[in-house]
Amino acid sequence: MTDTPLEPVAKDTSARSQWWDVWDQFKTHKGALFGAAVFLFIVLSVTLGPLLWPIEPTFIDIRARNSGPSLAHPFGTDQLGRDILARMMAGGQVSIAVGLTAMAISVLLGTLIGVVSGFFRRLDGALMGLTDLFLALPLLPLLLVMVMLFRESLSRSFGPETGTFILIVSAIGITSWMQTARIVRGEVLALKEREFVLAARSIGTPSRRMILRHILPNVLSPIMVSATLGIATAIITESALSFLGLGFPPDFPTWGRLLFDAVDYLQQYPERVFWPGLAISLTVLSVNYIGDGLRDALDPRIRGR
Amino acid sequence: MLTFIFRRLLLAIPTLVLISLIIFLLLDLAPGDPLANQPLSIPPEVRQKMRDALGLDSPAYVRYLLWAKQFFWVEPLVFVDWVIGTNFSEGMQRIVSWQFRSPVFDIIIQRIPQTLWVVGLAYLVGVLIAVPIGIISAYKQYSWFDQIGTFVSMIGFSVPPFFSGVLMIVFFAIMLPWFPSIYDTTLVVDDFESFGQQIRQMTLPVMVLALQTTAQLSRFMRASMLDNLNHDYVRTARAKGMTEKVVLLVHVLRNSMIPVITVIALGIPSIFGGAIITEQIFKVNGLGQLLITAIYANDLPMVQTLAFIFAVLIVLCNLIADVLYGLLDPRIRYD
Repeated sequence: MTDTPLEPVAKDTSARSQWWDVWDQFKTHKGALFGAAVFLFIVLSVTLGPLLWPIEPTFIDIRARNSGPSLAHPFGTDQLGRDILARMMAGGQVSIAVGLTAMAISVLLGTLIGVVSGFFRRLDGALMGLTDLFLALPLLPLLLVMVMLFRESLSRSFGPETGTFILIVSAIGITSWMQTARIVRGEVLALKEREFVLAARSIGTPSRRMILRHILPNVLSPIMVSATLGIATAIITESALSFLGLGFPPDFPTWGRLLFDAVDYLQQYPERVFWPGLAISLTVLSVNYIGDGLRDALDPRIRGR
Repeated sequence: MLTFIFRRLLLAIPTLVLISLIIFLLLDLAPGDPLANQPLSIPPEVRQKMRDALGLDSPAYVRYLLWAKQFFWVEPLVFVDWVIGTNFSEGMQRIVSWQFRSPVFDIIIQRIPQTLWVVGLAYLVGVLIAVPIGIISAYKQYSWFDQIGTFVSMIGFSVPPFFSGVLMIVFFAIMLPWFPSIYDTTLVVDDFESFGQQIRQMTLPVMVLALQTTAQLSRFMRASMLDNLNHDYVRTARAKGMTEKVVLLVHVLRNSMIPVITVIALGIPSIFGGAIITEQIFKVNGLGQLLITAIYANDLPMVQTLAFIFAVLIVLCNLIADVLYGLLDPRIRYD
């Protein structure tokens, strides 16, 4: 995830762009580097793992149910004899996909509202009022209500998996854009007073190009930081919903759902809660460290010190 | 200051009205029928009468206004009656839960003590742990204590309560049977033994919730202390010959508590939200669990009222935080 902004610059070696400086600073933050490595490892094992591990996550081997760790099933099997390692990988795909998509929606919304309300003074009052209103909403109860209300109808029209995915991703996206919007608005308000904006305006740059050319590239760093941290919150929120039984259906596991299912067998097989919980925590921890490192690396006042 | 509080209170009213409207409109889309679990032997005309009595077929704005009247007028009157023994509210229709068939507020009153005990104590414990950790971490920046503190708070940040809670149950209730994993609400505390029992059953949920609070607050406390330690007045205080203890605990601490206290006030509603999950894990019979069961049971009046109470808490705590900020910091003026 963190490497995406760095890839295009890796090709042109002629000019040293600011992203090299960012990367140099990022490298000095040990926690962030370690976090990036762990996150990359998790993403790779979740996406490429199923190619190497042939057992289907939904394959039921009822004779091997509730078996402990063995060579055939390194993490053991669940109450229906499904391989937990395969389910962990399938669950991780969904969890991370939910995290990334929900983050994308929330960052898009937040950036849009932040830029518009910072740039157009007439809309500022209304949009910030909307942001404050959303901040005052009790989000977790509303998320639960939204999932309960729309799950049936969306499942019917898109199928249970896609329907739930769309629902959860958009619900999380709609309820988590406010911080980004506030930060972006603040940055835009400060940028608007700068000379280069005045210069661009004086040569008659229209608002649309002004935003795309001059404003957006300069607010990219806070957006990137809040995007990174947004992945972590989205993954936690999705797991919380699944944990409360209002997330994905059981044959379409996510890490939160696996944890929820494992809690029923807590007395007999306490080790079963460990893997999904560890996966969620490690992912969130690594993403948080990446965010920390990015924040330092993208701050020109800290960089080069 | 008073005018500021007054103005903020006035501003809070439209916000709350809007929020209650949003919650209502969202719930209005719910597909469930509150009479679905009544026996099928009820004749249709009786069923229709029941629907009329519950006001289900009236247009949405009538139902919303009815709820608003019940929430803002009838329920306060009931409360007044209960306090001073009058009967203003006689014959008035209260908000009735479809699930329990009794007034929503009676049930909420029953559930509040459990939530307040667990959540309130957890918040207190969290704050009491976080503040010293933040102070020491900032004073000894980059020491091993600071490193460990930062790491632990990062873990507290990243480990969601539904995992830390389950882990606690695995370690401290199953492997080492020290604490019960289920909160027994019927326990009556009347002697030392039952008091000990109460403490033991509260330990695990309080620990889970306190870990989260500590993680967030100690980082904030550390940042705020670090901010203040570089100021000129600290050098002045040291130059005057004050002991390190006085400099740190009187001069710097008082200044760095200003933002921290507002954060503490702002965090109160979110701890109630976090308690929803923790209560579910430990089967604490509190407000969060009430909300979850109401959502499952399609008990719309209960969900509406509870969600709105959470919203009121958020708005109120925001207001308190703003007021506290002005009271504590003379540089902030609300004129």
